[in-house]
Amino acid sequence: MRAILGIAAREFAGYFSTPVAWVFIVIFLVLQGTLTFSMGGFFERDQADLLPFFQFLPWVFVLLVPAITMRLWAEERRLGTIELLLTLPVTQGQAVVGKFLAAWGFTVIALALTFPFVITVNVLGHPDNGMIAAGYLGAAMVAGAFLAVGAAVSALTKSQVVAFVLGVALCFVFAASAFPVVTDFLSHNLPVLATIARKISIVDRFQSFVRGLITARDAIYFASFILFWLVANTVILEHRKAD
Amino acid sequence: MPLLRSPGDALFPRAGSASPWGKHSVNALIEIIGLTKRFGAFTAVDDVSFTVARGEVLGFLGPNGAGKSTTMKMLAGFVTPTSGTARINGHDVQSDAVAARRELGFLPEGAPVYPEMTVIGFLRFAARIRGFSGGEARDQVDQALSLATLEGVRHLPVETLSKGFKRRVGLAQALLHDPPVLVLDEPTDGLDPNQKHEVRTLIARMAPDKAIIISTHILEEVEAVCSRAIIIAAGRVVADGPPGELARRHPSGKLEEMFRAITQPQAEAA
Repeated sequence: MRAILGIAAREFAGYFSTPVAWVFIVIFLVLQGTLTFSMGGFFERDQADLLPFFQFLPWVFVLLVPAITMRLWAEERRLGTIELLLTLPVTQGQAVVGKFLAAWGFTVIALALTFPFVITVNVLGHPDNGMIAAGYLGAAMVAGAFLAVGAAVSALTKSQVVAFVLGVALCFVFAASAFPVVTDFLSHNLPVLATIARKISIVDRFQSFVRGLITARDAIYFASFILFWLVANTVILEHRKAD
Repeated sequence: MPLLRSPGDALFPRAGSASPWGKHSVNALIEIIGLTKRFGAFTAVDDVSFTVARGEVLGFLGPNGAGKSTTMKMLAGFVTPTSGTARINGHDVQSDAVAARRELGFLPEGAPVYPEMTVIGFLRFAARIRGFSGGEARDQVDQALSLATLEGVRHLPVETLSKGFKRRVGLAQALLHDPPVLVLDEPTDGLDPNQKHEVRTLIARMAPDKAIIISTHILEEVEAVCSRAIIIAAGRVVADGPPGELARRHPSGKLEEMFRAITQPQAEAA
């Protein structure tokens, strides 16, 4: 645990030692603000809830979360510091979890900085704050899922750009797999895959959080999704660390 | 994995059998047993075996690409061997990796350090990972700073430092926990003559309590600080003995001539 926290703390401080953290937070807030107020029709709907805010969140994450994870391993490889990190008395699993926690902590902070939305709806009306809290919890889960995917992909390459592009592509697959256009196509051609696609869709699971539903099934889904990708990350690292 | 093995010559089919230094020793802190690494069809390290006892400073020599760094990476548990294994103070670097690394101070090739961190921040990180906290961590970090003469730059980000300073930051990290085993890949590369001298003095001072392996291209360094030298060419150990004795094997009596004579044919054949 000490090793995990040590790695997480170093990684977390690393975000703020470069402009990356601030650029990310500003872009995230601007994007979320613009989407919620213009495309989401926050005022026009005349409803005291944050549905327009949460509606776009997974898609903003698809684009931005890989930007947080792309450096995690790719940069270590490029600098050669991976050799230093993995010859300290830590297991690879501890290093993977430490980095993941740092990235998650950072994303949760970015998410927390959207608090003015919560204040706004509370000033304008009487929203169901329990539902909003559930939405935020779901958002943290979605972020965790995408971060785990992005971190694993980052371990594949020395190039942050490649890590970013692969991360966006893979996160998009998991976000979009329940789209009617995808499931219709699959159920016509490969009905088995259509069922799987609907089951693994991150956005579908997120929607139930947004509606205020926190179920054990969804929690287990996100936990096992994150665990799967952290294990994948460890395996990739084991096989490719010295390449 | 050979759990039961007879000590001595059987372990050292090539270099060891010809050398009195190949004997398995009870106080061997570093044991390398039949270590082999293949990358596809290319064999980078080919059945290398040797041991290093407490008090020994082993100079690890060889042309570029001979397999020095790969051997050291396997010893540090970073590269997984194709076959064979290594032990640090009795801990297998594969099956008991974390325990082995606790007893190891490792300076990787090129002395990589996180560029955005300050010197002291980086050493505090290493101390924390190694399980030091509070006053103990402060003492270890201060001691490492002073051993590597880094006090003057402690608050500077590593990326602003010169090559020599960066190397010393890597060195400070390797010394931080006062490990019984030091594996230093080119510790004096990029240092000026004064700094080289300081590092050699430091190594000589630590030598009695530790088993140390340093790789280097500077042969006079080997003669200055090493009690023993191993020359490796095309992944195989081709010579093993005290530097003075190795030098005498060549008619000229110079280690450099001996090195050239012994490594060139192999390099061409490979």
